[in-house]
Amino acid sequence: MASTREINDPTYGRLVRPNRTSTRVGPIISLALRYAVLIVLALTFLFPFYLIVRNALMTQAEITGFDWVWWPETPQWSNFTDLFDDTSINMASGLRASAIIAVVNLVLQTLFASMAGYALARIPFRWREYFFVYVLLTLMIPGAVTFVPTYVVVAELGGINTLWGIVVPGLFSGFATFLFRQFYLDFPAELEEAGRLDGNSYIGVYFRLLLPNSLGIMAALGVLSFIGSWNAFLWPVIVGQSPETRTVQVVLSTFLTAQTINLPALFAGAAVGAAPLVIVFLLLQRYIVQGVRMSGIKG
Amino acid sequence: MDIPENSIVTVKVPWWRQTRWEATFAFLFFVAPLVLGLLVFTYIPIVWGFLISFSDARNTIDIGDWVGLDNYRAMLTNSEFLRSLRTILIFAIFIVPTTFFFALGLAVLVNSVGFGRAFFRSAFFIPTAVSYVVASIVWKMGIFNGLPYGFANMVLYWFGSDRVIAWIGETSPPWYWLVLVTVRLWLQVGFYMIIFIAGLQEIDQSIYEASYVDGGKPGWRTFWTITFPLLRNTSIAVLVLNFIAAFQAFDEFINILGGVGSTGNISLARPPLVFLYQTAIGQQDYGRGSAGAIILAAIIIGVTIVQGRLFGFGRRA
Repeated sequence: MASTREINDPTYGRLVRPNRTSTRVGPIISLALRYAVLIVLALTFLFPFYLIVRNALMTQAEITGFDWVWWPETPQWSNFTDLFDDTSINMASGLRASAIIAVVNLVLQTLFASMAGYALARIPFRWREYFFVYVLLTLMIPGAVTFVPTYVVVAELGGINTLWGIVVPGLFSGFATFLFRQFYLDFPAELEEAGRLDGNSYIGVYFRLLLPNSLGIMAALGVLSFIGSWNAFLWPVIVGQSPETRTVQVVLSTFLTAQTINLPALFAGAAVGAAPLVIVFLLLQRYIVQGVRMSGIKG
Repeated sequence: MDIPENSIVTVKVPWWRQTRWEATFAFLFFVAPLVLGLLVFTYIPIVWGFLISFSDARNTIDIGDWVGLDNYRAMLTNSEFLRSLRTILIFAIFIVPTTFFFALGLAVLVNSVGFGRAFFRSAFFIPTAVSYVVASIVWKMGIFNGLPYGFANMVLYWFGSDRVIAWIGETSPPWYWLVLVTVRLWLQVGFYMIIFIAGLQEIDQSIYEASYVDGGKPGWRTFWTITFPLLRNTSIAVLVLNFIAAFQAFDEFINILGGVGSTGNISLARPPLVFLYQTAIGQQDYGRGSAGAIILAAIIIGVTIVQGRLFGFGRRA
């Protein structure tokens, strides 16, 4: 018969529990196994990053050589200057276009969504619920499926091959508005009322009180929208095909499908295109995790 | 008219006198940018797309040359369009369960260790920051390069195989599916892992304590009888989000198989969005392109609803 022991449980009082009969080797093996699996998987997940950097620093001959070289003998930093010197690639203008688009998207999408979210949560208005339904309905439409008619509308407005044609249609997010509304619903009403008693209008309360107090959620949703617009491909490739309006993704894609490929320059381009976001990601991971968690509620 | 004594007379104040004008003005000021933006870039396109799908609109974006259901008939009998729907279904069947399995597995694993947890979480999550285009470059020209110096062929060589596989060009077996599925898996699994970790952390720890008191040991049984059922809402969210995203795949297909402006190998597995792109933007047949978009939207919404019903979306776990 297995031995038993008594424990004094804070909730359940005195309990008779089977003793831990197994030696403590089991849990240790289990933990070691879990770490082994985690380490192998983590290395696998990080491998593509390593490959980008390795190839970006090698010569074409080293990359295509039959022997696998883990690290170039002399890193070819000139691959990066070659990349920017090659006028047929348009890397610098691609980075500029992407930076403008991502920053405008970050600022305005967040501002519009938080403004509307505040109104829908807090400002009394006769037809407020109808406005909320109007916003919610857009969540049910699969985003990328509307690209054909949106293209038609943007074309009609003269937005093809312009930066505004790429950025403006993405500034209005029903989903971000929904999340901001949830956030402002939970915002302490006393604070808001105190602000109003001080003589502020709704607009004053929003800009003086709510906006400064919702920087956390703004960072969370803003970083996600920044990543999304920097990495977007389908819409920029449809609307911004001309060399001046190509985003960094379109530039890289054009490069990838070119007839003759300069592999070191291609990977240097991939490194340059991915680096800003990897840095943003490492610095702001806390906010991104928070944003992704909020996205999870969507289902 | 006689009004009886002591009766209550209700006076109906017209709405325009009840309204607090400051609130009304503020409300409209705050919602105006979003509401107008959604009108111009979501609602008008939907209506326009709907109307143009009933019009003959080749090389024009004008509505009015009504052709009834001809565009829908043309799309539903177009073997290429039907093939693209089959392609995306195959893709979804591959990617949705594998993402689910890996995301849940990684979440449980990461959550089960103390030391190094933040590092592992970051390692699996950081691919989320990478674009499909950059990942396609790595997958197509680095890992699954069809030449001997590609990493996958190099690994095969290390294991003693002297075969060089053209990962993207070969059709039997169709290795390109491995390329397409792994690239999306790498990019998105961390995102869903984070959602699962959030779900795991919401589970009340006292449930595990109660189970332990009743003799349950941490392990498979506890996972299947407690953790997994309590992750139901999270699981549904992950499945639905993942499915909707998979059905709208575009970036990795066009960058790995084909290319903008070049055909490449895209005919091997052309997803619906690529087909619609080529029909509407490439051939400028906006009528048929819009009809196809509406058919695809209907399928996505339909499957989402069915998925929700099957898994009991909306019920409290």
